[in-house]
Amino acid sequence: MPELEVKGKKLKLDEDGFLQDWEEWDEEVAEALAKDTRFGPAIELTEEHWKIIKYIREYFLKYGVAPPIRMLVKFCKKEVNPNCDLQYIYKLFPQGPAKDACRIAGLPKPTGCV
Amino acid sequence: MPVVDGVELPETPLLDELEKGPWPSFVKEIKRAAIEQEKAMKAGKKIKLPGSAKGLLKVLELAYKEKRTHWKHGGIVSVIGYGGGVIGRYCDLEDKVPEVWHFHTIRVNMPAGWFYTTKALRALCDAWEKWGSGLTNFHGSTGDIILLGTRTEHLQPMANALAYLDKFYGSPAPFDIGGSGSDLRTPSCCMGPSLCEFACYDTLKACYEFTMRYQNELHRPMWPYKFKIKCAGCPNDCIASKARADFAIIGTWKDEIQIDQEAVREYAKVIDIEEHVVKKCPTKAISWDGKELKIDNKNCIRCMHCINVMPKALKPGKERGATILIGGKAPFVDGAIIGWVAVPFIPENELIEKCCEILEAIWEWWDEEGKFRERVGELIWRKGMDEFLKVIGQKADVRMVYAPRNNPFIFWRELNP
Repeated sequence: MPELEVKGKKLKLDEDGFLQDWEEWDEEVAEALAKDTRFGPAIELTEEHWKIIKYIREYFLKYGVAPPIRMLVKFCKKEVNPNCDLQYIYKLFPQGPAKDACRIAGLPKPTGCV
Repeated sequence: MPVVDGVELPETPLLDELEKGPWPSFVKEIKRAAIEQEKAMKAGKKIKLPGSAKGLLKVLELAYKEKRTHWKHGGIVSVIGYGGGVIGRYCDLEDKVPEVWHFHTIRVNMPAGWFYTTKALRALCDAWEKWGSGLTNFHGSTGDIILLGTRTEHLQPMANALAYLDKFYGSPAPFDIGGSGSDLRTPSCCMGPSLCEFACYDTLKACYEFTMRYQNELHRPMWPYKFKIKCAGCPNDCIASKARADFAIIGTWKDEIQIDQEAVREYAKVIDIEEHVVKKCPTKAISWDGKELKIDNKNCIRCMHCINVMPKALKPGKERGATILIGGKAPFVDGAIIGWVAVPFIPENELIEKCCEILEAIWEWWDEEGKFRERVGELIWRKGMDEFLKVIGQKADVRMVYAPRNNPFIFWRELNP
């Protein structure tokens, strides 16, 4: 399984680049996950990215799951950018909220089927 | 080790059993792919997953031997801008069979009615032989072309190859990725008027229009669960839309079945009309006196039996359009549901616009009210048909029954105020 080195510590990832242990996450880990090109293009985290990452992280800590897309879009419209829609989120996170935003927010891999 | 065409294949005594008999065999095909891969390698072709078909044989044989799958659950992979259409598959034998540790699937949006030129098929296969295992499935149950097995790092190049399949592989047109996950699944349709005289509307056009108009919904999952649209040209419903699509558009007619009495009398010379047509009519709406066939059209339930038996003599009426059925699905939360009538009749010339209007209203409601993994049919069961009818702006109609002439929806609120 792949590993990610942050501050001299080797963190275990799964095949898709998600943290194996969501408790190991902090903002430095998020930066490292965003820069990792093994699971998609590198993302330069801006303030807008961070708002979304923190929202997803907090929702996960409270409810134990990733927020539904509809709630994420509503949040983004209100807090990130009034023009924000799902396509805007894909511009920030090119591989989409599940693969990129949740991964960088340190969530366990969203369960989901095909 | 068995050697075929100078290529060594792994020992697969259990899989070999599946090659016996007269029917097609997926084992035969995987072995063929393994041989082709080896030949391509020897010919110096640059293929990215040499040995993957052989690896697949090894993993499958082991799975049959141990009576358990070696495919892991889940996996999230993606290409840029798309949230659906590529499905992550990993094998738990990373060390033993590294060739198929990653074995992701790509769904490719098929052309309406599944019409291809051989050039397009060759181009698809050439691109997939290079970037993947070369194994395909024409087609998956939703209708997409399924490309079976590649590694994460080859997904994006393969998606690019599809988008430029015309430029670099000689296909007459490029291809796009299909749907997966909680998005609009690739819309599909029967061959409709291109091959079939029963088609009551242009299914291919409708399917194409939905696909083009709802690209965002198709590629970027946003809903509680999947949503399928299928367009069937007539009540024969050759694509089984009512059992498999949340939103089934089934062609029908409002007026009377067209009868050519002369042609009926021709049929009478070769078939027993009383036995094979009149007696088989489920609503006993047909009579035949040896000279003339009469149909009581008010009692016709559009089962298509008489038309199917005597296609040269009977055909659907002239006032054509479609019925919308809602809620069909295979099991998940509430088991299998067969779709039921949501809109009894939409004339052919208004069909696409009206469907889009209804679809958008349904999505808005379902996305707001639906629970995680609740299909629209299940939401209607939970919330009630009367609420659903308000959403789509329809009045209750006797045709909106769960099973015809059997079990109508009962509006309890009206009965017990």
